Amino acid sequence: MMANIVQQIVITLLTAILVENLVLSKFLGMCPFLGVTQKTSTAAGMGLAVTFVVVVTAGLAWILNYTLLVPNHMEYLQTMTYILIIAALVQFVETVVRKFIPPLYKALGIYLPLITTNCAVLGVPLLNTAKNYDLLMSLVYSFGAGAGFTLALILFSGVRERMDKADIPATLRGIPSALFAATLVSMSFFGFQGLFAS
Amino acid sequence: MSFQPFDTPKAWDIAVAGLIKENPTLKMILGCCPTLAVTTAVGNGLGMGLATTAVLMCSNMAISLLRGVIPEKVRIPSYIIIIAGFVTVVMYVLKAWLPELDKALGIYIPLIVANCILLARAEMFAAKYKPFPSLLDGLFMGLGFTLALFTISTVREILGSGTWFGLVLTKNLWAPAVLMILPPGGFLAFGLVITGMNKLTNGKIATPMCATCSPERCAP
Repeated sequence: MMANIVQQIVITLLTAILVENLVLSKFLGMCPFLGVTQKTSTAAGMGLAVTFVVVVTAGLAWILNYTLLVPNHMEYLQTMTYILIIAALVQFVETVVRKFIPPLYKALGIYLPLITTNCAVLGVPLLNTAKNYDLLMSLVYSFGAGAGFTLALILFSGVRERMDKADIPATLRGIPSALFAATLVSMSFFGFQGLFAS
Repeated sequence: MSFQPFDTPKAWDIAVAGLIKENPTLKMILGCCPTLAVTTAVGNGLGMGLATTAVLMCSNMAISLLRGVIPEKVRIPSYIIIIAGFVTVVMYVLKAWLPELDKALGIYIPLIVANCILLARAEMFAAKYKPFPSLLDGLFMGLGFTLALFTISTVREILGSGTWFGLVLTKNLWAPAVLMILPPGGFLAFGLVITGMNKLTNGKIATPMCATCSPERCAP
């Protein structure tokens, strides 16, 4: 029984990080993927901030969805509830972190307001709902998704730091060349498809 | 923004801005998630574009009507709630009348809420101008987004499955490159279309302009 749960957790975690990578196979969180990957340090900061907010949001969204919305047949309010949770939570986290953990605020502060309209943060609770996960699995999947997001951002920022020094034709400079690099990074992640026979 | 605030921009200027000059997807690089995720087939791309256009027109109109009422400090959450309301309406309309499209687009329909185009147009246009120009801006920005999605999904569907709108095109000519309808193909096709747009519009380089997504714009 216990071994079963552990096995399920490990599989869900690896699926979320590698097979269904948030950025490279679900295309969620493209804006930060293209916008803040010029430097590895900013990429890591953004990744950590998103992971934190995603896990807390997914937990709260699950609780509200199954204790309030579903019993009262108000599923049509799901999208609105989730986005409200995110908006309120981001504001709350920003205030708390600024007051009590100043070094963390210094590191993550500027990323927090950007997260409100990040599709990754809204996408993960929606995916959890679509997959009918229970609370534990929701949290595990969200953590994995956040970790996968961070991994993709850090890997891609490494590629982009190298590309800065390359001599690229003017028409391709900036976003187009970044997208072509992303093609290759995404292809390498595609190798994980079929890692689990589920 | 090429318009001065608080005068009434001409319909023609709004149309040109939305479709070409400030094309939300190809010039401003907004709303990349749906652009990459749902463009595996032309029908899906077109459906996503039109659904977003409908939400954008309604939200722009509503936000413009409320522009004197919403307090400055809580404007972003207010815009998001307005947008979420219209997205829910569109989602249930699709569920009722186009269940197949709804199934194909999946979670990307509720994710229209987090599409940067909607918030960017609310901030940059609807909050400053009268309802009718805002409605037009919503229409043409939405159509610009649809046009981009249509182009990208055309490239992907023809190369990736050898069909267009499900119509078989390249049956005996060559084997379809399945990669193009898989995730890496999304990045590749989007990159190619932006390159083409850059080349056509005097090689001006597209810059990431996501109003809510780049720390440089938010950091004091």
